[in-house]
Amino acid sequence: MLSSTRPRRSRRVAAATAGIASLALILGACSGDSEDPGTTGDGDGEAMDEEITLTVATFNDFGYTEELLAQYADEHPNVTIEHVTAAESGDARTNLTTKLAAGGEGLADIEAIEVDWLPELMQYPSLFADLPTIDGRWVDWKVEQATTPEGQLIGYGTDIGPEAICYRSDLLEAAGMPSEREEVAEWIGGEGATWESYFEAGKEYTEASGDAWFDSAQATFQGMVNQLDAAYEDPATGEPLDLATNTQVKDLYDQVLTAAVEDDLSAGLEQWGDDWSAGFQNDAFATMLCPSWMTGPIEERAGSIEGWDIADVFPGGGGNWGGSFLTVPASGANTEAATELADWLTSPEIQTQAFENSGTFPSQIEVQQSDEVLAYVNDFMSGAPAGEIFATRAQSIDGAPFKGANYFAIHAEVQNGINRVDLNGEDPEKSWETAVTDAQNVIQ
Amino acid sequence: MALLSPTKPAHARGGPDRPPRRLGLSQRLGRLDVKISPYLYISPFFLLFAVVGLFPLVYTAIVSLYDWNLLGGQGDFVGMANYVAVLQQPLFWKSVVNTFSIFLFSSVPQVIMAITIAAILDQNLRAATFWRMGVLVPFVVAPVAISMIFGRLYADQYGFINEVLGLVGVDPVAWHGDRLASHFAISTMVNYRWTGYNTLIFLAAMQAVPRELYEAAVIDGAGRVRQFFSVTVPQIRATVIFVVITSTVGGMQIFDEVRMYDSQGLGGPNRDWMTTVVYLYDVAWGNQKSFGRAAAVAWLLFLLIVLIGMINFLLTQRIATGGGRGPKVSRRHTKRLLAEARAAAASHDGPVPSAAPGGTPGAGQGSPPPPPSIPPVRPPAGPQSPNPGEDVR
Repeated sequence: MLSSTRPRRSRRVAAATAGIASLALILGACSGDSEDPGTTGDGDGEAMDEEITLTVATFNDFGYTEELLAQYADEHPNVTIEHVTAAESGDARTNLTTKLAAGGEGLADIEAIEVDWLPELMQYPSLFADLPTIDGRWVDWKVEQATTPEGQLIGYGTDIGPEAICYRSDLLEAAGMPSEREEVAEWIGGEGATWESYFEAGKEYTEASGDAWFDSAQATFQGMVNQLDAAYEDPATGEPLDLATNTQVKDLYDQVLTAAVEDDLSAGLEQWGDDWSAGFQNDAFATMLCPSWMTGPIEERAGSIEGWDIADVFPGGGGNWGGSFLTVPASGANTEAATELADWLTSPEIQTQAFENSGTFPSQIEVQQSDEVLAYVNDFMSGAPAGEIFATRAQSIDGAPFKGANYFAIHAEVQNGINRVDLNGEDPEKSWETAVTDAQNVIQ
Repeated sequence: MALLSPTKPAHARGGPDRPPRRLGLSQRLGRLDVKISPYLYISPFFLLFAVVGLFPLVYTAIVSLYDWNLLGGQGDFVGMANYVAVLQQPLFWKSVVNTFSIFLFSSVPQVIMAITIAAILDQNLRAATFWRMGVLVPFVVAPVAISMIFGRLYADQYGFINEVLGLVGVDPVAWHGDRLASHFAISTMVNYRWTGYNTLIFLAAMQAVPRELYEAAVIDGAGRVRQFFSVTVPQIRATVIFVVITSTVGGMQIFDEVRMYDSQGLGGPNRDWMTTVVYLYDVAWGNQKSFGRAAAVAWLLFLLIVLIGMINFLLTQRIATGGGRGPKVSRRHTKRLLAEARAAAASHDGPVPSAAPGGTPGAGQGSPPPPPSIPPVRPPAGPQSPNPGEDVR
């Protein structure tokens, strides 16, 4: 009875194959789509006084509120501004690269980008409008970052991320260490602070309390490697350096891992991971590197914990971590009007308002020392004068490191190497060997 | 078409006795209608398939033959170089192993759990709809939400599971450090999401099994378990095959859970839980930005899924038929064959093999029966033999 309902096997196999094939195809086709936070800027490309709509695509929180954008619309009655926000910079990046790959269809008139994506985008400068230079608006290195070797400026700077040290004054106090802002800065090394002096202070703390000094070796290494002029590539040619013989990176690698593992200063938490987030509530570490924008994420995770503060000090001189730009994709219908808007959005006055809205530290020279910025106090950080501290920290940034096409590919492997040791307890030398091999595989 | 159809019978009626005067346009259209309409009726599926199925597949194959950058677009024709490059990457093979491991951890328990739960739900329960809908709840939860919740559960230092383990004195598990542990953790997310869905498919099939079969089985003295294996499973065999194949395809394409398992979403510092689909994503949108290589990975993955799907299909077919009537048939068959063998041995005046009381093929092989009886004993165990099927009929 059963076998009579059974078709011949060969046909079944064929049917199954076809079934699998079509399922795989359909699923494959679906997975290609990405989320699409952008909308089409549907300008008509007509004269400047025609009615046009300009789309601005940003991510996280640029501080571009409706009221702020309304100011521009008031001055330019013919322009309607649509603001699209992606929740995460990663989403915005996927959206941008996918649409650039598709010929620019569906891109916003102004696309915000993070400094980390610059190297990949700079390889294809023709995809972006060549923005007219505006002398003296930004710190020099911010402009250099977005300028191609041929001299094309592809983005107007918005914010920068000058780094300081954020710390838990209550934990330091309990361990009998200095806990006042100025004392802590002096203890870590003051003006002449180095990574050695930062780790030395850490040893004192860890010996006294038995707890970790910083959150993650990889996050700390991020701050160290950002101080190298050219970490992984030859700035003259852009060619990647052989990681196996890259002693300056290897030295930092050894230094941070010695501090993290041998001296037990690291809490061994993967930055941005679930454990890391939970660590804020569990008093897992006492200090962390703190770019200006990091105060937001700290507050988000530490919540009701009191005692976070900012020390006006950073090991090894100044340091910048992150920061963004506004670009105008060349495929847009209203590139001229969009350029004008990008100019306005990155003007010192508007960026000051954005800073007040969201705490993104301006890259514009004249407002870095303005009263509005200097007067900014962060209540969560025990009322630390964040504006003043980060303005001072910004002064000591002397330039931006060279990051070529292969920077992030190699850097990711070195970070993996550090995480293998810091999180999983692998042998540092073995992990370095793996990183060297892996880096060879990802170089283009 | 409705207007054309009356012309047809008229033509057919006047057909035999006189030659057709001439074929009018409407008649010609009518004939065309008969020939082409059926194809037009079924064409929407094939057109849709061509656009969303066939075209991407072919286009992916074309992309895989070029040096194709995410931003730079199409480059030079490179032939099979992308495939060679991918196959030489140790990371590709590592991702394939990870995919298999996670697939085994997820699909196998998932199908077994689903069929068991479905069998329970198939009984006369109070508030049956409530329970049946209840199993589908995890499926409605967004995968990203599931991943976030499980991320908290499986965090290494402050995770819920490790805290609980600590309470009972067990060492914490390195969910993000140990390769197998991470595969297990990711599989639980997949299982949580898909078990209920598969359960409902099984349940629908089980509801369609004629109740008379169970009545007959009860009269024959079959218990619940025996009913399940001898009636339910063989009757829903087609559904088992469907579920196994869909869960294979799904299991080979695990993506969301891995992306959300740690902050970078690329399989950890050692790429210990990077699946092939995540590898594909990393090749295309990560630092390599090579659509050409990613397309090659997609095609290799496609072939792999077809291969695994085929193996699963053949396995499922075997298990389902074997589980249904295998024991009954083989035992009766074996007994008869053994009786014959005994008779033959007796006529040869050799020692009678008193072994094989259970009549299982394995026991029959254990004791040395006379040479001529061996071949007929063995076949029932093998699927390749046509004997069992014919025997039943």
